[in-house]
Amino acid sequence: MIPAAFEYARPTSVDEALQAVAEGGEDVKIMAGGQSLIPVMRLRLAAPSTVVDLGRVAEMRGVRDDGDALVIGAMTTHAEVITDPLVAQHAKLIAEATETVADRQTRRRGTFGGALAHADPAGDLPAVALALDAEMVVAGPNGRRTVPASEFFVDYLTTTLDEGEILVEIRVPKLAGDWGVRYEKFNRVAQAWSIVAVAAAVRRENGHIAEARIGLTNMGPTPLRASATEAALNGAAASPDAVAAAARSAAEGTSPSSDLNAQADYREHLAQVLTRRAVTAAAGL
Amino acid sequence: MTVTEDPATAEVAPEREVGKARRRKEDARLITGRTTWTDNMVLPGMLHMSVVRSPVAHGKITNVDVSAAQQAPGVVAVLTGRDLAEEQGSIPCAWPVTADMVNPGHPSIAVDEVNHVGEAVAVIVARSRSAAADAIELVDVDYDLLPPVLDMEEAVKHEADLCHDHIDSNTSYHFVFDAGEAGTGGDTEQAFADADVVVSRRFVNQRLIPAFMEPRSVVVQPQGDNFTMWSATQIPHVLRVMLAMVTGIPEHKLRVVAPDVGGGFGGKLQVNPEEVIALLVARRLGKPVKWTETRSESLMAAHHGRDQIQYVDIASTREGDVQGLRVRILADMGAYLRLITPGVPALGAFMFPGIYKFPAYRFECDGVFTNKVPTDAYRGAGRPEATFAVERIMDELAVELGMDPLEVRRRNWIQSQEFPFTTVAGLEYDSGDYDTATQQALDLLGYPELREEQRRRRESNDPVQLGIGFSTFTEMCGLAPSRVLGSLSYGAGGWESASIRMLPTGKVEVVTGSTPHGQGHETAWSQLVADQLGVPFEDIEVLHGDTAVAPKGMDTYGSRSLVVGGTAVVKAADKVVAKARKVAAHLLEANEDDLDFSGGKFTVRGTPGTALSIQEIALAVFAAHDYPEDVEPSIDADATFDPVNFSFPHGTHVCAMEVDTETGFVKIRKYACVDDVGTIVNPLIVEGQVHGGLAQGIAQALYEEAVYDADGNLTTGSFVDYLVPSAADLPHFDTGNTVHVAPGNPIGAKGVGEAGCIASTPAVVNAALDAVRHLGVQDIRMPLTPERVWRAIHQGGDGGDRATAGSNAYGGAQTETTAGVSTPQSSLGGDR
Ligand SMILES: Cc1cc2nc3c(=O)[nH]c(=O)nc-3n(C[C@H](O)[C@H](O)[C@H](O)COP(=O)(O)OP(=O)(O)OC[C@H]3O[C@@H](n4cnc5c(N)ncnc54)[C@H](O)[C@@H]3O)c2cc1C
Repeated sequence: MIPAAFEYARPTSVDEALQAVAEGGEDVKIMAGGQSLIPVMRLRLAAPSTVVDLGRVAEMRGVRDDGDALVIGAMTTHAEVITDPLVAQHAKLIAEATETVADRQTRRRGTFGGALAHADPAGDLPAVALALDAEMVVAGPNGRRTVPASEFFVDYLTTTLDEGEILVEIRVPKLAGDWGVRYEKFNRVAQAWSIVAVAAAVRRENGHIAEARIGLTNMGPTPLRASATEAALNGAAASPDAVAAAARSAAEGTSPSSDLNAQADYREHLAQVLTRRAVTAAAGL
Repeated sequence: MTVTEDPATAEVAPEREVGKARRRKEDARLITGRTTWTDNMVLPGMLHMSVVRSPVAHGKITNVDVSAAQQAPGVVAVLTGRDLAEEQGSIPCAWPVTADMVNPGHPSIAVDEVNHVGEAVAVIVARSRSAAADAIELVDVDYDLLPPVLDMEEAVKHEADLCHDHIDSNTSYHFVFDAGEAGTGGDTEQAFADADVVVSRRFVNQRLIPAFMEPRSVVVQPQGDNFTMWSATQIPHVLRVMLAMVTGIPEHKLRVVAPDVGGGFGGKLQVNPEEVIALLVARRLGKPVKWTETRSESLMAAHHGRDQIQYVDIASTREGDVQGLRVRILADMGAYLRLITPGVPALGAFMFPGIYKFPAYRFECDGVFTNKVPTDAYRGAGRPEATFAVERIMDELAVELGMDPLEVRRRNWIQSQEFPFTTVAGLEYDSGDYDTATQQALDLLGYPELREEQRRRRESNDPVQLGIGFSTFTEMCGLAPSRVLGSLSYGAGGWESASIRMLPTGKVEVVTGSTPHGQGHETAWSQLVADQLGVPFEDIEVLHGDTAVAPKGMDTYGSRSLVVGGTAVVKAADKVVAKARKVAAHLLEANEDDLDFSGGKFTVRGTPGTALSIQEIALAVFAAHDYPEDVEPSIDADATFDPVNFSFPHGTHVCAMEVDTETGFVKIRKYACVDDVGTIVNPLIVEGQVHGGLAQGIAQALYEEAVYDADGNLTTGSFVDYLVPSAADLPHFDTGNTVHVAPGNPIGAKGVGEAGCIASTPAVVNAALDAVRHLGVQDIRMPLTPERVWRAIHQGGDGGDRATAGSNAYGGAQTETTAGVSTPQSSLGGDR
């Protein structure tokens, strides 16, 4: 479990980091918390020639209030996200999902941005970012661009990040109104990845569900929205029956894989049950 | 405390050490890792070895090109199977269970063909560990692929593909125990013909991986024509003998040391190919060599355990009196026979009848070769498989008869007044009381309340159903009476050895042949000796694991250490006292018969005030100025103990299980067990062994399985997919004990190392089934993944096969890639 030899750079600013990445050649890899990258390097599934460690880039770390949105630095660790007061106030769903990630040690090192850039379909945070309509702020050799979560995740372990680009921060729109949230994660042992998980945010108005946003984890190569269920819930009565009926279409348009934890049909079934449970809890029923 | 008549000479009776919940004296160093783990060892000039492993399950090796690896920086040598073919011999199998058992031979490093993924095909020796690792992917091996043999039921069919083409079938042996023929029971066929009720089931006892915490590691130092091997092994003594036989290095030129060893669970009860290779490489190069495996290597190349398909028939009267038991087994050997591969199921043969009075019993087992890593001992070794079968079939019988599962058990189990009891398998059970243990376990669980809750949930059609499952088990421990082992064709004895050295300052060295790998021997042996010699616990040091320090031993497995090794220690201590008594009589100028020995002191009966401690006597014989004419100036002693019978711990385990019928998720609500392990030397150690055993037994029921895909890749190739539970996944355990002293040894101990692991698995499965039987579920295959439970509830059957692809975490880390060879296809692994 020894990685192949590699060059190592440790920049202290985004500009330096971009430069280090540019100079790192074709096989350069960015390292955030290293919790996904180092294992694949140790297993020699990845053998980058250069590793650019963002650990010292202070400007990429922390959470700030930016009016209608929260801005979470890509290098903010899972542990920091969980305890951040702004996240607790305006994006509780992120905190709730992050608490289910791995174990304490991993959460001390792993980062919010790293988890999104890694884009593991079993990872918990991409579906949350998608459900919350987050935007990725990406820096590259030609300046910055902003990519909505709905366009960021492209395929299995693949995002729109181009070579030479760095995910700098994530803008998360604040939820305005009477929102309830729930992250419903299904796994076999406490510290494992999701077999399936459902992120739900539900706004209630006058005894009805005014709006529901539902993100699905591990129901395909990328995180997905349960659009059919969302549509069915819009304006629906806030009742267990209405939620249960809407949840039945949660797996529509998904394409989950089969592995030793679950075959595809069982994942589809789980998506329905978990969606019902997540929405029920988020709606305070 | 009683008030003595003479306060001046009164001594408080020393507190007994046996029975004290002492914290383990070895733990600080073991837990912090500041100790002699083999991988911590650094020798001057030491080279590092890495192993190139086969990424294919079955194939002929057509070419091995090592030229690029040889040129790599830091590489000293690259050796292939061809290079070592003449000297490597075959990994020994010490247990030919039948006279005509077929052993295909087991090269440490493959020469012409590979038979499982992870088999060694070349080794790299380099100046640093990283240089050795880097060169692995530079070795180019060509294979002509052969069809892999992976399914036992297919493998035993006529004209099946062969695992080894130089032998003519995939069956290694056919082992039979028939109680009728052995004279220990009636005619089994007749019993079944006459029975009112026969229940037949097929159970799958899945393949498991021992998953010890410290990976295997070995260091070999050549010194002239002598060799010292440090190895993370459970069996330094057995290893030394076997290495001498395999390599031809004379036994007296070989010293084997098991320093502190971080767990084994039977997984380090082995003569490992890598140990043999490291020894050959060190001999060839004349330099110290170290090999330490990665976790991926450990999972794919260290031996696995269990893996049986069991066809079990039970015959009974309509009233529930059992009439006969018939067991046929396919036992997966894997590709080769290692140390006791064939013996594991044969050892289990004697435990299938469990605690029940079956009048007739027949057992048949086929040992089957497949292109997977060999199986061998894993915590319980044969007994968990047997216990699972009998405790599951008793439940099935109860269901068939419409009886309470406990009632069926009670009707048939041995009553406390019937001990010693000779079973239909010919074993003489020593002592116990199954009724009392069961009643206590039910009390611990809060049985009536949970049954009531189960009824409520059933009536209200709650999505979460509740079930209660039992396992009333016994096991054979204290391996083993040497003569019995001989009758079973095992290649060695089952005795254990100990010596006690009394040092001049009164301190005591206890040398044990029973080498620990985390059990706490140092603490328990100190407690035994403190009582026996009356010296302070702190004055005792326990030495072990080095064949130069502890020259004789049979090591640690089969819950034998305290029962056999501890007894040897007690007997050695008795000899020390006997020797010291002669010296004491001389020095106190008294008759030996007038001496009392208590609290570490010899006193002369009727002469208050005269006393001589055994520690003072140690100094006296060291000085040797004044000692009796007819004795030697030493009170040191050795003892070897060979038990006459096994010991038979027993217990009742009760599990209450919640099953979420919507998702199939199972969650243990409550777990209670009462074990009878005889005398308890240290309650804390016993509790720890029970907890750890429960975790492993529950893990077999719910979490762990070594999964191979259709090509023979181990897809549970990392701990992401080979699911070992943590404390967070396990319930609180309510544990208790009854104590029926074992009559077969002076300590009265029966052994506790495997109890929890053996007993718990069927209790957990029975509990889950009890929760959902009313929904039409008859069986669910282990491990009870949520998917299987859900399928069994909603689609019928036993939950079926799992998809074999590993999960995608880490980008799908599979053996194919972790073997050191990655292909574009393998990056996702399995059958995705
Ligand atoms: C034992 C264990 C259990 C885990 N369990 C879970 C779990 O249950 N749920 C879960 O969601 N995750 C889990 N994880 C993964 C964990 O959340 C990781 O922290 C996360 O997936 C990656 O974050 P990181 O900061 O460690 O990224 P790294 O490992 O450093 O990087 C991951 C990838 O993203 C790229 N990258 C990182 N940052 C940037 C950036 N700013 N710009 C561009 N590219 C970037 C890297 O180049 C790399 O390819 C687990 C990890 C471990 C070790």
